[in-house]
Amino acid sequence: MRLKCPLCGERDRREFHYYGAEDYLHRPEVDAEPAAWDNYLHLRDNPAGMTRDLWYHEAGCAQWLLVTRNTVTHEISAVELVAERAK
Amino acid sequence: MPELIAKSALEGFSAQHLAGATLAEAEVGPITSVAVYPDGAKALAKGLKSIGLTFPAPNAFIEKKGTRIVWNGRDQAFLTGVVPPTLEGAAVSDQTDGWAVLALGGPGAVDVLARLVPLDLRLSAFPVGRVVRAPVNHMNAVILRTGDYAFEVMVFRSMARTAWHEFEAAMQALAARAAMKS
Repeated sequence: MRLKCPLCGERDRREFHYYGAEDYLHRPEVDAEPAAWDNYLHLRDNPAGMTRDLWYHEAGCAQWLLVTRNTVTHEISAVELVAERAK
Repeated sequence: MPELIAKSALEGFSAQHLAGATLAEAEVGPITSVAVYPDGAKALAKGLKSIGLTFPAPNAFIEKKGTRIVWNGRDQAFLTGVVPPTLEGAAVSDQTDGWAVLALGGPGAVDVLARLVPLDLRLSAFPVGRVVRAPVNHMNAVILRTGDYAFEVMVFRSMARTAWHEFEAAMQALAARAAMKS
């Protein structure tokens, strides 16, 4: 498996650390309903197909990446910088 | 306070010549981290202009008269070989003692790196003026292509001897293999 880091280019899977679902980017407000927090902390989809998750390029540029990939075909359709996304 | 003796990270390690490659410690002078603030690029560019440099594109370094600015992350670079002028628009910190720099040269250098770095570092894919942040085995490193047959490898100073050992072992393995062929 290879990920095309927007900064470093195509790199081997060994250089990355998997963190979890994209949900971690959508932290609820402090005073949000408990249901929102429950969803944020505990509830995850387990899709057969397209999924978006966070990877850390620990042996490269040390950036957080948002990876769009397909769990069935293993196709990787997009790799974005989390930092650029927030701008 | 007693007078302290400054020592380089690989003090006492003499250059190794094996398998068409030469391994030695490189002297790059002061190393300064330049981390650009959000919206600080313009102000930084002004400061860098005073020493004839511009902020490098990702995976590139720029050299002017022994002074280099080396990309090493998003909005981040190392300035080496010069005591930095006043730079606005960026967090500037001295990293000289935090890094060890190894020079790997000669026609065999690329084969030595091929044993340790999972990237294509041949001249066609990695020309002079390019830099990568990549693992040397499991060590995080910054690798510069400084010449057709010359690389510089920056590692955390605490890992200097490990890095030296890794390169030396790779050179020995290549030399042993070449000896078997002949």
